[in-house]
Amino acid sequence: MTALRSDRKRPPAKPETARPSRRRLTGLGLPIYVALALVFLLIPIAYTFVFSFNDSVKSNIAWRGFTFEKWLTVCNEPGLCEAFGNSILVGVVATVLATALGTAIAIALVRYRFRFRSSISLLLFLPMATPEVVLGAGLAAQFLALGTQKGIVTVILAHTMFCISFVVVTVKARVASLDPALEEAGRDLYGSAAQVFWRITFPLLLPGILAAALLSFALSFDDFIITNFNSGAVDTFPKFIYIAAARGIPAEANVIASAVFILAILIVVVAQVSRSARQKKLAKLN
Amino acid sequence: MAFAAFASSDAAVTKPPRRKSTIALVLLLPGILYMVLFFLTPLISLVITSFQAELPGGDIGDYVPGLQWQNYVESASEYLPHILRAFGYALVATVFALIISYPIAYFIGVKARRWPLLQSMMLTLVIAPFFISFLLRTLAWKQILSDESPVVQALKAVAILPADGHLTGTPFAVIFGLTYNFIPFMTLPLYTTLERLDTRFLEAGSDLYANPATTFLKITVPLSMPGIISGTLLTFIPAAGDYINASRDFLGSSKTAMLGNAIEANFLTLQNYPVAAALSIILMAVILVLVGVYVRRSGTEDLL
Repeated sequence: MTALRSDRKRPPAKPETARPSRRRLTGLGLPIYVALALVFLLIPIAYTFVFSFNDSVKSNIAWRGFTFEKWLTVCNEPGLCEAFGNSILVGVVATVLATALGTAIAIALVRYRFRFRSSISLLLFLPMATPEVVLGAGLAAQFLALGTQKGIVTVILAHTMFCISFVVVTVKARVASLDPALEEAGRDLYGSAAQVFWRITFPLLLPGILAAALLSFALSFDDFIITNFNSGAVDTFPKFIYIAAARGIPAEANVIASAVFILAILIVVVAQVSRSARQKKLAKLN
Repeated sequence: MAFAAFASSDAAVTKPPRRKSTIALVLLLPGILYMVLFFLTPLISLVITSFQAELPGGDIGDYVPGLQWQNYVESASEYLPHILRAFGYALVATVFALIISYPIAYFIGVKARRWPLLQSMMLTLVIAPFFISFLLRTLAWKQILSDESPVVQALKAVAILPADGHLTGTPFAVIFGLTYNFIPFMTLPLYTTLERLDTRFLEAGSDLYANPATTFLKITVPLSMPGIISGTLLTFIPAAGDYINASRDFLGSSKTAMLGNAIEANFLTLQNYPVAAALSIILMAVILVLVGVYVRRSGTEDLL
């Protein structure tokens, strides 16, 4: 999610010089194209949202009239809320594990020099360059060889694995931007190593750690391919949809997806607004 | 969402001082051990599985350790169409995603610089598809492109599509789905590099009487090369391994099955583990070779 963090130094934007009117006319093409492209990106979201209000009987394909009912009786659809609950459980546990393990690695990678550094970086980079189907099949082959029963534990183990790399990348950028002088100041003032970490380092890293945790949760929540290989009989929300796809998706699944979507967008918007408010305050101070 | 990995240049590795390495060890050990146990050894067990032989007289799914090189030859020849489709579809989808995404990223990163709020709002719209289930948005396209849909009716009315034609179940629909699903992965890294593009270079171009097209090709594109490489990798790799879009229940049919579909079917349905493992290793190996060559040729080796 680094792309969203625009607090990076950018070259001073020079005011654009006045252009002849012929240029201004062709200049309209790009904004129109971008607007159309963004609408295109949103079509399936709108579709999913609209069809969460469909008064469907079994499969949710033809429009049969508007109803709020599916939003109020989501859990009447057998298996759906269990699957959703599993997704939340897996997401939370995997996020906590991956964030803890990944943050520790990120701090070590930036702050310490040690042998095998490049092999360790490669080990952390490779999972992001490996297709999910290979990650999923590999873990499944390993669980098969060990005779491990597949279930929610194996799903959590798998999700934690692929989230760690993303946590490392996200937190590493934050550690690198941290001014070591702040920690030195803490030590100069006779702070113990633990005090310096919890009172200075950790609060300064917290935005990066939170961003990493949100990213992990989002990745885990929407993962299907790796889950499908390692879940055995346990259903997650995406797996529920995959199985239901053969016979028709119930409108209740659209309800859950739409609710999650609204919540996620709210989180992003709140984060953006609070950041721009903070930047304005900083600009005033300067 | 791996774009963060590719997009952020490695500013972090500027020779940190050598300090107490026991702390580093304590910080690194749990996570690294985890990655060894759940990433590295699974890859090794995949290799071992790919060489397994059938247990004589055993049940379905019973295999014994072996050195069956033939597994690779047999699965590669049996699933050659799947392999070709996987890399072919992924390549076409990557090219389309690049063509569609570049103007979006350019507008947000360069043209909209003066309005940070507009920038972040448009970025939110670009990543909005991430927040709705991957499977549901693909299924939404399946309904929109289905035979009864107004889209298909209209295409038939203007004779772009023959009267008995379909969109779903065709390579077109699969490539369309792959392109759609990975546009955010392409747009974000492009945006990150274009957002840092110094527009004074573009002015210098037009000052030197270059027309807009020349300025674009000689200045903008080379300067945004890191974003182009990250974006194409982030699209190509998951697209080549994807099996949702090409699946029969989504946008594909048995005639569009990709390598991922073959791996899934062999592993989870047919319990033909050695073939699934061999196909996985083939997929991984081809991707590593392609990525290696591509990154080397485009001259940004420091990316990895």
